[in-house]
Amino acid sequence: MSNYVAPLKDMRFVLNELAGLGEVAKLPGYEESTPDTVDAILEEASKFASEVLDPINYSGDQEGSNWKDGKVATPKGFKDAYKQYSEAGWPALPFEAEYGGQGLPKLVATAVEEMLTSANMSFSLCPLLTQGAIHALILCGSDALKKTYLEKMVAGRWTGTMNLTEPQAGSDLALVKTRAKPAGDHYLITGQKIFITYGEHDMAENIVHLVLARVPDAPEGVKGISLFVVPKFLPKADGTPGERNTAKCASIEHKLGIHASPTAVMVFEDAIGYMVGEVNKGLSYMFVMMNAARFSVGLEGVSIAERAFQRALAYAKERLQGKDLVQGGKTVPIIRHPDVRRMLMLMKSQTEAARALAYVVAASMDVAKKTKDQRQQAFVDLMIPVVKGWSTETGIEVASLGVQIHGGMGFIEETGAAQHLRDARITTIYEGTTGIQAADLVGRKIAREGGVTVKGWLAVLKSFDQELSKSKNADIQALRSRLAAAAQAVSESVEFILGAASKDPNAAFAGAVPFLELMGITAGGWQLARAALIAEKKIAANEGEKGFYETKIITARFFADHVLSQAPGLAATVTQGAAAVMAVPEEQFLAA
Amino acid sequence: MKVLVSVKRVIDYNVKVRVKADGTGVETANVKMSMNPFDEIAVEEAVRLKEAGVVTEIIAVSCGPQACQETLRTALAIGADRAVLVETNEELQPLAVAKLLKAVCQKESPQLVILGKQAIDDDSNQTGQMLAALLGWSQATFASKVVIADGKAQVTREVDGGLETISIKLPAIVTTDLRLNEPRYVTLPNIMKAKKKTMETLKPEALGVDVAPRLQTLKVSEPPKRKAGVKVPDPKALVDKLRNEAKVI
Repeated sequence: MSNYVAPLKDMRFVLNELAGLGEVAKLPGYEESTPDTVDAILEEASKFASEVLDPINYSGDQEGSNWKDGKVATPKGFKDAYKQYSEAGWPALPFEAEYGGQGLPKLVATAVEEMLTSANMSFSLCPLLTQGAIHALILCGSDALKKTYLEKMVAGRWTGTMNLTEPQAGSDLALVKTRAKPAGDHYLITGQKIFITYGEHDMAENIVHLVLARVPDAPEGVKGISLFVVPKFLPKADGTPGERNTAKCASIEHKLGIHASPTAVMVFEDAIGYMVGEVNKGLSYMFVMMNAARFSVGLEGVSIAERAFQRALAYAKERLQGKDLVQGGKTVPIIRHPDVRRMLMLMKSQTEAARALAYVVAASMDVAKKTKDQRQQAFVDLMIPVVKGWSTETGIEVASLGVQIHGGMGFIEETGAAQHLRDARITTIYEGTTGIQAADLVGRKIAREGGVTVKGWLAVLKSFDQELSKSKNADIQALRSRLAAAAQAVSESVEFILGAASKDPNAAFAGAVPFLELMGITAGGWQLARAALIAEKKIAANEGEKGFYETKIITARFFADHVLSQAPGLAATVTQGAAAVMAVPEEQFLAA
Repeated sequence: MKVLVSVKRVIDYNVKVRVKADGTGVETANVKMSMNPFDEIAVEEAVRLKEAGVVTEIIAVSCGPQACQETLRTALAIGADRAVLVETNEELQPLAVAKLLKAVCQKESPQLVILGKQAIDDDSNQTGQMLAALLGWSQATFASKVVIADGKAQVTREVDGGLETISIKLPAIVTTDLRLNEPRYVTLPNIMKAKKKTMETLKPEALGVDVAPRLQTLKVSEPPKRKAGVKVPDPKALVDKLRNEAKVI
């Protein structure tokens, strides 16, 4: 089995050349993010990921978390790994110094998060959910709540969860039924929540549940939902965990993937909770955090893709089958065969494209946060559903190709290839399915603002086309025409969506997912083209590693011909395919 | 008590080393470099001694090009208090490094110098011993346990026949073996703190040391490739091959 090795070369290239780490480090408060410090952080994080988290990934999947009498035991090694993770100070990386954090940019946090997730996605979910809970408390918690919880959560000693879903309330949170009854300075929470990641576990001394619930007489629907903190152990006056709260884990789910991550059914029976922010504003608080959470899940797509690629590559280099098509002779490693190569290139190019887009969006998040630049924020908002939806769909495709390269061995658990596909499968579902992302993209991010931001981005592509036109490289020129065609496809699709949105919403939304894919491959192609152009300059200036830069150009060219080339077809689906989606009468679906 | 730790920047142990086409050395351009693992053990030991209250200050020293600053930053992140770079682009051989370290020792007067027993690039295993000789200090090489008390170091050494425990007077030189300790993972706060610690740069000339190489490298080549094995029909043929072809029995 191959070991995870962080792709530091590509990460550094993306951070420095595409995402503009240098510019981010100029923003007030991010001065510490100098190249040498970021390098040291990447090195240490990669060591931790490879040496501590990767070795318990496969065993964690095989063993899974186990529930007994309300308690959950995580797989062997997880508790100790979590202890090391928090003692090394990693949970504090993105948070402000006043809560004990290191205040580093989202861009740096993104690279670190990718490594942890690649090495062990199940493990990484605990810190991920904790981060979300911390953000919620920072954003809208009272000073008292901040004082009681934040420092311990930032230090990783207490973990956090998000309790949104109920059996009848999944994508539609308007249907939340959990009740919160006022009782003096607190509330008594009663109800059942499902799909609660790390809702119960043995890795930390306390668990801080953030729970959506309704107070008595709250308005119906989304406008009547409030947010509460419900700790597993009620903090004593000195801040240490005290009495056990009546928030219990009734069971954990048996799942397709992420076996080591316990997915809890939580039952609250008059559990003591404290309101976060104002009454009935719970859902809007959740939406503010949603960007961060969706971005992180998009990054999971990149992470799993990278891991699956590394495993498939190692196998393709060592598995001997068949002869070289041209040279004949001895049996060769399967990496020599064109179709295996094609699959590896599909994996590599799409992973790099998705990584580049995610990091560029992370950098925009940093800029938007520090400069309050509305256009940057609008770009982030536009791209979040793309990063989430496209990168996770790509993650599944890449993990599936990884299985394919392994042949029959990929279908057998021992090679580890299947785990990545099973783990990846949740990423297009949680934090909003791909369909929800596409609807968000088409409805909220494009139609509602008349396409201003997406057209602004298309203008950026247009001026970038001018830059590309100056290149003397034949591969880059081929790439340029593909990218121009893709931009044209996006443009036509946007016009169609804007036209249909109010007149015929079903038509606008029927092609939402193909449109999201179109946006993804175009944005990914844009980043790979930027990379190719930079690589061309580096080669001309005789700077750095020639082989790496030449490969960047070839990878971009491959992506253009094998992935970006689908853009016009996707546009045809978006603009012409809607009618047939809704045309079949519902009763015909029932006919056998 | 002050302790001085030397750290060397070497090709990372995970990298498959390639010999340069012209046979003058190994390829280091665009190759991942990191701290010599034995030196990491040395820094870790110094930090443990400090945590135990035995040591008050740890100075990390590296000799070589400017890029060694990265290696020193790692030492600072593990827990060294400050760093000294003796900067030179000359090829440094053990004797030159020992002389440079001697000069730094005379400047800093540490009671203890901890070095890796050897560097994984040239495997010389000489610098610590040479430094002890140049300073006229006691030495304990290949340490797997170090206890400091009453102006002495009790050091358990890994020798061919097993373990040997000796007691040496301070100031002294200790070189580390693999089992002395297991280096910790560097923590994020310590990476950030390392930035703010001082790093002094000295030049060999200022220390009055001539670092010119005394040994000349004639040729560097890859180890011979392993040949494919053969199947022998029976034990008799095997014994015959071992006796007459391999000439090992």
